[in-house]
Formats: sequence, C-alpha cells, structure tokens
Amino acid sequence: MNAHKGDWVQIHFIALKPEERSPHLPEDTKKVPFEIRIKGFLEEGKAQIGDTVTIKTPIGRLVKGTLEKINPKYEHNFGDPIPELLKINKDDLLDGDKDD
Amino acid sequence: MTKNYKEIMNRQVEIIKKSVGLDYSKYEIEGIAFDYEKMMEEAGYSIQEIQKIQKETGVGNTPLVELKNINKLIKKLSKPGKGARIFIKDEQTNPSGSFKDRRASISVYRAKEMGYKGVIAATSGNYGAAVASQAAKRGLKSIIVQECFDSRGVGQPEILEKERSCAAYGSEVIQVSVGPELFYYTLLLLDETGYFDASLYSPFAIAGIETLGWEIAHQSKEIIGKFPDVVVSTHAGGGLTTGTARGLKKAGANSTKIIGASIDLRRLHMASDKDFNRKFFTTGHTGFGIPFAVFPDRSDVPRNAARVLRYMDRYVLVTQGEVFYMTELLAKLEGLQRGPAGNTSLAAAFALAKEMNENETIVVNETEYTGAGKLPSAQLTFAKENGIKIIIGDPIKDDKPGENIVIPQNPSQIDYIEIPMTQLKESYIKQLFKRLSKKELSQKEKKFIAEDIRENLEFLEKLIEKIKEESE
Repeated sequence: MNAHKGDWVQIHFIALKPEERSPHLPEDTKKVPFEIRIKGFLEEGKAQIGDTVTIKTPIGRLVKGTLEKINPKYEHNFGDPIPELLKINKDDLLDGDKDD
Repeated sequence: MTKNYKEIMNRQVEIIKKSVGLDYSKYEIEGIAFDYEKMMEEAGYSIQEIQKIQKETGVGNTPLVELKNINKLIKKLSKPGKGARIFIKDEQTNPSGSFKDRRASISVYRAKEMGYKGVIAATSGNYGAAVASQAAKRGLKSIIVQECFDSRGVGQPEILEKERSCAAYGSEVIQVSVGPELFYYTLLLLDETGYFDASLYSPFAIAGIETLGWEIAHQSKEIIGKFPDVVVSTHAGGGLTTGTARGLKKAGANSTKIIGASIDLRRLHMASDKDFNRKFFTTGHTGFGIPFAVFPDRSDVPRNAARVLRYMDRYVLVTQGEVFYMTELLAKLEGLQRGPAGNTSLAAAFALAKEMNENETIVVNETEYTGAGKLPSAQLTFAKENGIKIIIGDPIKDDKPGENIVIPQNPSQIDYIEIPMTQLKESYIKQLFKRLSKKELSQKEKKFIAEDIRENLEFLEKLIEKIKEESE
C-alpha cells in the first residue's frame, strides 16, 4: 500500500543506540535502543512502509523517520468484561447480612 | 545541531533557563539551601490571580460531593461510633478531565504572557492532555512527550488513551520507549523549538493547584460547617499534595491532616523495559511517590516547587486490586465512573474512614475522567495479555506487583500499608549525602533541611547522627 503527500502517517526512528544511552539503566533496558514514534502528514509525493520519509506534525515541525503506519488506528479499547469485577454487586454490598 | 546524549545533558542548565524564563539563582542561599517561600511568592501568583486566570479558561470551581452510599457501607463495616464521612472533589469536571488543568492553566498563561510560541511537557498522563487543552485555548502550540511503549512496541492502554486525547487537542505527540532519556529528548526539543518548558514542578504549576485546597476548605465550611479533618490525595510527583496543602493553609484550614496515598509497586523497577508493562497504573504509584518525596530536586527544573515532606502528615499505600475494586464501588454505588489514578486516594480514604470517628470527615481530593484504555476492564485485559494473574483474595497479603492483581473478596478487606514519615525523612537525608557526596552540612543548610522535612533542628541533628553511625 502506498501513502501519498498529505496522508496521516506514523514514523519510527532510533534516537539513541544502546551504547549511546544513559549510563544508569537496568540491564534489560541497556540492551535495547531508545526509540521514538511520531504521527503527522506525509511530505513525500508517494512512499511505502519502510521508506525513509519526512512528516509535518500537527504543529508544523518537519521530522524524518521510517514510515511505519498509514492512517494509524487507535488500537486501545475498553478491554474484555472482567468476571472478578462483575461479581461486585450493589445489592450484596448495601443489603446487609441476609440468611438466604 | 547536536543530538549527542552527553552534550545535550551538559547543556541542561542553559536550555532549562531559557525555556522556563525564571532565574532560580535569585533564590539560592547556600549549597542545598534555597528560599522556597520566596520563590513561591515571587514566581508564583496569589490565589486571587490564579482564580482569575483559571476562570478565563473554565478551570476550577468543581463540585464537592458526599459519597452517601459508600458512607453507608463504611458505617456498616465500622465499630460503633466509627466511620468518617467521605466527600469527593470531582475534578473530572475540568476542561480536559482532571485537576491537572489547574496546573497547566498557569504554566500556559505564563508562557503566553512571556511571548513563547509554544509549550512542551514530558508526561504520559493527564498533564499532557491538560497542557494540550490549555494551549489550544490560549492559541499556543504544544508538544507532549510521553514514555509509551516497551522494546516490543507494546504500549499501556492508559497512555495510548492520553495520546488520543492530546492529538484531539492538536498537539504533536512524541511517543518514546522506556527509559529516563525521555528527559534528554525533551531538552533536545526545547532547544530546537525555543518553546516554554511547562514543567510539572515549576512554581507556576504548583501555584495552580492551590485553588484546589482553597476550594476544598471553603466548600467544606459551606456544606459541613467546618474544615475537613483529613484530605487524602493520590501522591505521585508531589505537586497535588503540595499545592492542595498550601491552598488549605491559605484558607485557614491549618488543622486539616494531609495524607498522601500511592499504589504499592515497590517490587517493580520504573526504568525496566520488562517491568514497564507489568504495572497497571501509570501514575499515583510508589515509583514516583517515594523518590520524589525523598529527593524532590530530581525534576526537570533546578528547584522543585513540589516538596511534600513540608506538608504530608501521613503516607499510606494501597494495592492495584483495591483501587480497581474501589473504581467499581464508585461506579456501582455512587453512579460516578471515574478513574483510575484518582481512585487511589479513594481506596485509602475508605480504609482510613473505618478507623476515624463518625463525626469526622475526609475529602478525597480528586477524580479524573475515564474512558477506553483507562478503565479497569482495559487495564485488566492488558494485564492478562502480559501474563499477570487476576485473583480474588486478600488484597494486601496476597499482592505481588508484576505477578498478580488481587481483587478483594469483600470491602471489609480494603486496608492500607503505613509508611512511617520518619522513614521518608531518613531517606531524604541519605539521598542528600549519597547524591551530593556531602559529609558535613552548614548551619544554613541544616535550617533549610529542617524546614524541608518539617522538623526542628534538634530532631535533624539526631537523625544525621543516627545515619552517620549506621554508615560507619
């Protein structure tokens, strides 16, 4: 799929390689790079996922990175119903001690 | 322009000075010591000025609501004569849905007044949305930098929800992976754009919260006929507790006890790529609560205006499971769907109310908006996906952050863990010695430290002696 100039896209880039990072990090974080994702409007006439592109952010800044998503979805949601919470029942809480 | 980590960090003082527009050197006394009250007075604003600024953008004057059904439940669970009444300060009615609008309103006003074109805030939470919203209202641009995802590219639903919200207000949202370099990247952006640093810890940001304490005092007087006996606030970086306490005092509520409450995540490392997605609250937890209480000057400004040890009377912890449970109670019994972070102080208040007398009152000082990503269902679904067990049991005894979330079997199990204030004060001194490699303190420094932990010089001397003996 191609993205065209003006499309809302997400870019990704590595801001610091593992060896460039802060010296005070837990072992697991030390091993991985410091990454950044930003969304904005594509400046290039045409581009594909994986291409190096420039975007114009909503406030007008130009930023370069690898094209990662085109019209990126909001993927967070309300989640599943949680049985452990659904058991909390108003009547049980307020009615007091019932023998039934 | 260099993007080298060390070079940017070395220019920190210069970049911050330009971006906060405040000369902190005016308030320096000697070494550790600085004039906190003078800084708050000169660099902040009076309550009347803050009220005027906040009114312009629709911030503040939120309702104080009695939780009548929850209070009925508390009475049922308490011994005769016990069971304080809880009132909640419904801060979600602010423009972006949390008390953070109070904080952002003053910072953004200041930025506009000083001629900055935009503001930058580093936050994964409500403050980002508040800055974005206030910036929109005042016609400034905004960049929000948020610690968002781990090395797998997986993001917390709560943080993703805030990204959506900031984007809706027209911000540029920069999502970074786990690590303290969030601060490095923020400096880089401040340097590049010349925008205002809307720090959470500037005198403006803290002054903005004082109206919250002021309103609680006045509304309590009006509704109950007296100041509240206790105000419980969710404690993270310390701004909410500091600002609220200052506002209460300005309104004359000097005997109101201030209790801070955080979620117990003491087993998790906050800069760990693995632990990042094994916690289900992104603020209001011990990962901020303890470090910021015992070493406030770790923030992005030279002198942090949020200094809770000056104000906090007690510090209690609750567990993730208890807060999810309280979030359900608030919705089911009071018809208020709020959360999640604000419900931390509510869970603590529920436990504390059972011990207090029935003629006493507690104000839970904030709620926040909720929605996709910020709901217990979203967070617990995410927890399960990350291998966390959801069990029903004793929420304190069985709790293992990073391994499980324990939903109480019934509300009588809602309790708290007390962290003695002396322990925090001792840590404060230890941090000073450790971080500044100091062996001796001058009289001026001792005077400042005593004020900063709200103790007298004699107490401080004894505490220093004790720490020195232990380290030998």
